[in-house]
Amino acid sequence: MRTFRISIIGFGAVGQGVARSILSKQEYLNKQGIDLRVVGISDSKGCEINEKGIDIEAALLRKKQKGSVGAGNSLDIIREVEHDIVVEVTPTNINNGEPGIGNMRAAFGSGKHVVTSNKGPLALHFSELKELAEDNGLFFRYEATVGGAVPIFNLVHEALAGNTVLGIEGILNGTCNYILTRMSDERMPYDLVLKEAQELGFAETDPTYDVEGIDSAIKLVIIANSVFSQTATYKDVDVTGINKITLEALDLANKNDYVVKLVCEARDGKLTVAPRLVPKRHPLAVGGTLNVASILTDLAGRITISGKGAGSIETASSILSDILYIVRNSKS
Amino acid sequence: MIVSMTLELKDIPGQLVLALSPISEFHGNIMSVIHQHEEKTPRGTIPVQIRFEIEHQVLNKLIERLEKSGVKVARVGEERLRSTVSVILIGHIVHSDMGDTIDKIDSTGFAEVVDMSLSMPAIDKTSSAYLVINAVGENELSTALDIMRDVAKKKDLLMIEPIQMNSVGA
Repeated sequence: MRTFRISIIGFGAVGQGVARSILSKQEYLNKQGIDLRVVGISDSKGCEINEKGIDIEAALLRKKQKGSVGAGNSLDIIREVEHDIVVEVTPTNINNGEPGIGNMRAAFGSGKHVVTSNKGPLALHFSELKELAEDNGLFFRYEATVGGAVPIFNLVHEALAGNTVLGIEGILNGTCNYILTRMSDERMPYDLVLKEAQELGFAETDPTYDVEGIDSAIKLVIIANSVFSQTATYKDVDVTGINKITLEALDLANKNDYVVKLVCEARDGKLTVAPRLVPKRHPLAVGGTLNVASILTDLAGRITISGKGAGSIETASSILSDILYIVRNSKS
Repeated sequence: MIVSMTLELKDIPGQLVLALSPISEFHGNIMSVIHQHEEKTPRGTIPVQIRFEIEHQVLNKLIERLEKSGVKVARVGEERLRSTVSVILIGHIVHSDMGDTIDKIDSTGFAEVVDMSLSMPAIDKTSSAYLVINAVGENELSTALDIMRDVAKKKDLLMIEPIQMNSVGA
């Protein structure tokens, strides 16, 4: 049995999803000879630490009842608790990347691998983080930052190894996809669908981040940096949102066998997020809150994958997969 | 070149093969055949519309060959505008001089707006339009799209284009 100690930094929807999936996969992990031990969990109010392994069920319950996993306790888990992998799942901050960027620097600085779903630090400081990891001989895994459960980076870097990626197109924001799909299918105007999406929890109270294409652009930047080794930032993306799209435009598209989708494109060094006409039978024409990525390569041709782009357990799926990648590939 | 041809066949068995095989022999690539047996011409022949791609030099030989074998070539037309793209425009399309928008494309000489549907929900609301632009080739089409993008930007219209990689390996 190999023991890997992990910390979960950030205990919101994704952090709790990670905890829950580790808990539910105990038998699977044991069969693989892996003992994943959560030794530290922190949220914005406090933290819990147990080097023998935290009782995850109790921690989840405490979070539910008291709103914090360990209010009052404060300790720098990343630096001061001995462990192997930092799961950095604090909220995305696109202005300065904090607290994620500080956490990741601390992790690499103290010899810990990083697995994250946090887009902010990657959109702002991708190359720095990649170098930090490489210089310290550590893994930096971020599958959950783009496309939720959809394994875009694993697909490109592992399964399609040897291929040259010529371009990537994708729908990477479930909120926009939901709004456009509902408008088109139910013939409901934009404002009404947005309100409905907010009530269902698919859209934030301030939807700007999603509907103006900012979230999509950030994900595209991460793709550009990871897949095409660019050093792009948000400013390099030509962004158009979906807030001006009319019901009539969707009807006109529909009559001509098209759907309108907010599509992210990375091709020939150009990064674009814009509403696009997608032929109805095209693999990119996925509905609802689904995400999709279509990768054009020189050897394999076009490969398209789609799946759930958000959700606590779905995102945790990508994180768990990254944790297991490290477990299987690290020498210690 | 892409050619569309209307042929008239006699109403006896074997005529369609007789009409199509010379096209293959001249290395033409048949793209579509519309054969309506019920719709006879006043002359009692059956009209067939064929679209195919063929080398320019052999077209006259092909016509000669068809006529010789008893197939009447009623009409021959070259499809000049063979590349096509659809776009949607959203904004104050009519009030920003729709005629001018279309003319910017038509006046190029190598591209034309060949279809347009407009939807105007109310006077004070933005309208939406679906346009089909044809051009003589892919490069010309791409130039026409550049012009359209420029016009859309100047007139503050949102232009929705098709996905780029659609034609590649899909």
